[in-house]
Amino acid sequence: MTETTLPMPKQPNILARLFKPVLLIRESLVGMIGLALVVFWVLIAIFAPALAPFPPNANLMSTQPPGAEFIASATQMIGMQPASELCNAIEGDPTKVDCGTFWLGTDLTGRDIFSRIIWGARQVLIFAPLATFVAYIVGIPMGLWAGYSRGRIDTVFSFISNVILSFPVLVLYVLVINLIGASAFNIVAAVVFASAPGIFRIVRGLAMDLRAREYVFAAETRGEPLAYILFLEILPNARGPLIVDAMLRLGYVIITIGTLGFLGLGLPPPDPDWGKMIAEGRTFLQVFPWIPLFPCLAISSAVLGFNLLADGLREVSLRD
Amino acid sequence: MSGFQSDWEGPVLECRDLSISYYTRAATIPAVQDFNLVLNKNETIGLVGESGCGKSTVAMAIMRYMGNNGAITGGQVIYKGVDLATLSEEELRQLRGNEIAMVYQEPMASLNPAMKLDRQLMEVPLFHEQVGEKEAYARAVEMLASVKLPDPERVMASYPHQISGGQQQRVVIAMALLSKPSLLLLDEPTTALDVTVEAGIVELIAELAHSLQTSMVYISHNLGLILETCDRINVMYSGQVVEEGTVADVFDKMRHPYTQGLFGAIPLPSADKSSRPLVAIRGQLPLPHARPPGCYFGPRCDHFEAGRCDAGPIAMQPVGDDGKHGSRCVKWQEIEWQKGGSGEAIEVHDDFGESVLAVDQMKKYYELKDNSIAALVGGGSSRFVKANESISFLAREAETVAIVGESGCGKSTLAKVLLGLETATEGSVTFQGKDLGKVPVQKRSRDDVKSLQMVFQNPFDTLNPSHTVGSQLGRVIRKFGGISDGEAVRRRVLELLDIVKLPGDFYFRRPRQLSGGQKQRVGIARAFAGNPTMVVADEPVSALDVSVAAAVTGLLMDIQRTYRTTLLFISHDLSLVRYLADRVVVMYLGNLVEQGTTEQIFSPPYHPYTEALLSAVPIADTSIEKKRIILEGSLPSVIDPPKGCAFHTRCHRKIGAICSSEAPPLVDLGDGHQILCHIALDQLRAMDPVIVQKDAAE
Repeated sequence: MTETTLPMPKQPNILARLFKPVLLIRESLVGMIGLALVVFWVLIAIFAPALAPFPPNANLMSTQPPGAEFIASATQMIGMQPASELCNAIEGDPTKVDCGTFWLGTDLTGRDIFSRIIWGARQVLIFAPLATFVAYIVGIPMGLWAGYSRGRIDTVFSFISNVILSFPVLVLYVLVINLIGASAFNIVAAVVFASAPGIFRIVRGLAMDLRAREYVFAAETRGEPLAYILFLEILPNARGPLIVDAMLRLGYVIITIGTLGFLGLGLPPPDPDWGKMIAEGRTFLQVFPWIPLFPCLAISSAVLGFNLLADGLREVSLRD
Repeated sequence: MSGFQSDWEGPVLECRDLSISYYTRAATIPAVQDFNLVLNKNETIGLVGESGCGKSTVAMAIMRYMGNNGAITGGQVIYKGVDLATLSEEELRQLRGNEIAMVYQEPMASLNPAMKLDRQLMEVPLFHEQVGEKEAYARAVEMLASVKLPDPERVMASYPHQISGGQQQRVVIAMALLSKPSLLLLDEPTTALDVTVEAGIVELIAELAHSLQTSMVYISHNLGLILETCDRINVMYSGQVVEEGTVADVFDKMRHPYTQGLFGAIPLPSADKSSRPLVAIRGQLPLPHARPPGCYFGPRCDHFEAGRCDAGPIAMQPVGDDGKHGSRCVKWQEIEWQKGGSGEAIEVHDDFGESVLAVDQMKKYYELKDNSIAALVGGGSSRFVKANESISFLAREAETVAIVGESGCGKSTLAKVLLGLETATEGSVTFQGKDLGKVPVQKRSRDDVKSLQMVFQNPFDTLNPSHTVGSQLGRVIRKFGGISDGEAVRRRVLELLDIVKLPGDFYFRRPRQLSGGQKQRVGIARAFAGNPTMVVADEPVSALDVSVAAAVTGLLMDIQRTYRTTLLFISHDLSLVRYLADRVVVMYLGNLVEQGTTEQIFSPPYHPYTEALLSAVPIADTSIEKKRIILEGSLPSVIDPPKGCAFHTRCHRKIGAICSSEAPPLVDLGDGHQILCHIALDQLRAMDPVIVQKDAAE
């Protein structure tokens, strides 16, 4: 062999390479709308303490007799008459105080809806990605293993996932939460339990396709261990469809968390939860329609954001 | 259709200065420039060129079927005297299928898998000529018979998947001919088919060209097929025709360096790995938006002369007086033209060493699991796919052994058993003195694994698209080389890249930034990274363009020569096998039917299958005469192989009942030449050679 030392080439900038695909999303209008919505909610969640005018759980009408505030909130969306330390007394009129503006009104217990939605965004944007992430952690290895090895492993895993998938999701959630009780952890557990089979199937399908590639054969002929083949030969090439799927799934998980909240299976009260806010407001839907309306809009805009982002990513990734 | 005369006597098709562009986000890409063609009645013209030269684009433009992002930017397409640009969308629809028909490469993509063939075929006369159902059916059956499909009525009642690939392509051709088109465009019609099936289709096309009143444009990358089917030929390069003329002119008196390069890069019988090796065309096809000034072939041409070749656009220049032969080369009168490879002779020492691999009576059966209820109840007998049946052969150090056969012959299974991805059912595979036949790759020692590596077929699949070239090679070196120091690994990767003649900055490239040939080079580097004793190469160049394939073949042979590696070369391309193999093993349906030295295989006596295979290979040499043997029928299923001799269902030399009742013996003709056949030895010895060099041609 020749002993001349060959010059080492320069390594290209890794950061530039990582960000290139991210920048591609600019070429999709739909994707950009989705991204804007998602960024909007992420910013709101991050800066919730600064943005919310009131503490989310403060009852701003505690001194009023019950009943009065119903009418108050019904008739005056803006400028009600609470008596609270959050408000300033108005000079010359001891019966009234100035609390600032309730942009979206208050709910039945006198809490500011605007502030609750802002704080609720925090809840959603922590638990939805967390639950989705954990679901992928569970679904990916199983899917890779089943899709690559086929045979008995595949039969067993597929059977389990089919059983779970054949269950009505809502019933499943109610059962799971009732069984283990409502807490932040259990919500994540329930979502993982219900989404992991779907992820498993997608990953399994991708692995079944990719296992027949020659680079996988090449790894086999070198006698590479199973984990290397699964996570370094197959998984990186499945990332495109998985990223798109993750964005879609995030949207669905937000709906799921909303549904759980609506059913009273969400985060324990009194913390703000969009689903729970809808549930609380639905009894007086005809009188105070804004109470459930704004949390509904919040959920759907966040879900729409992730869905459009997923569409945009798919569109960009299909181009060359 | 009223617009076109069926008895038009002038040129059927004329393209005048045709230019076609594609629009992409990045830029407008001029795919074809300045394309001229005159096609007369009953004439077949060949368009030949490597991938990306614009030959399919021309066909699409003739059909006026450019898609959303393509457009004809200049020139005219004139069909029977009518400029197609003047026709409306409705008139064009009538034109397509009725006057001009097209046959594509992939038959399954042209047939609707959910419809029976009778409907699909009858649709043509029903739609274009408004005939009745009965009449349409009768015409369809008649046409199927004329494309030589046995039992047309049964084919009519079948779905596309129920007939073989060769039959499908015949149906597609029949469908194209049903409306009696005046022009038939064939875009690589046999590329997806096996050689023996291809031979049948090519013969059919050549026959139809003479019997029907149809002019044809035959698009192919294979010069041998052009020779067998066409009257005239247009050689395309980078969107331009660089040489045009009659087949005889272009094949024997080529006047463009690119045409000459092409002929030097294909393994003709006159090429020889030691005395006249293949010469690859250096460099790469320029990207359509980055073509050099002047002659597009300039940067790759040995006769390039600055100031003349890159001065400006070069027009087609007439060669000879008959006005038929033309070349787009300014220096055609100055270059000394000679045919075939002109590479320097290489000293070859055929001193093969010890036996490295000995396969003895190896069998590989796959059990077919029958999951039907009947099988569960009845306990059912298990059936087997007999992928390999009693295979025995030797491979010695520094020797190249070729395994030849068509798809489904079991050559890939054999490779899998050797590499340990499958284990042998019976028999032994002795590699470097150890029986590895039943040892899967996970259980083999690191030394055994690294001593036996593989080069894969598909350049687009052989490298993991997610990792850089450097990290993929580095992984192999860490695994096999016993080197773990990062710096040392990197140095070795660069060395490997250098060995396969790739620049060092490919280290950080990803596979998608590489061309097919470059990827294949990295694949070769990967296989040779652990200094293997033996490398299995599964069709390593079959997916590459001619000029690139020659370079990769040459590289593979160089490395093999340097490191005295045993090469097991799996291929269906007999021309290439003849060129580079020392010994050949011919397989058919899991059986080894013939083995011997390359010389023994390529000259009589032959096994009848080898004989047919040799006759089927298209050879781009006008001085070669071949015996025509077209195999009947299609490949039988490996689940239910024919009794007796596996080949008897298609054999043209079947001698009688013994062929279908008794398994043939492996007859030894001496010097390791073995033939699996019932035919008596003296009769085998009396065979004529299939490929004969015509006298006085050289």
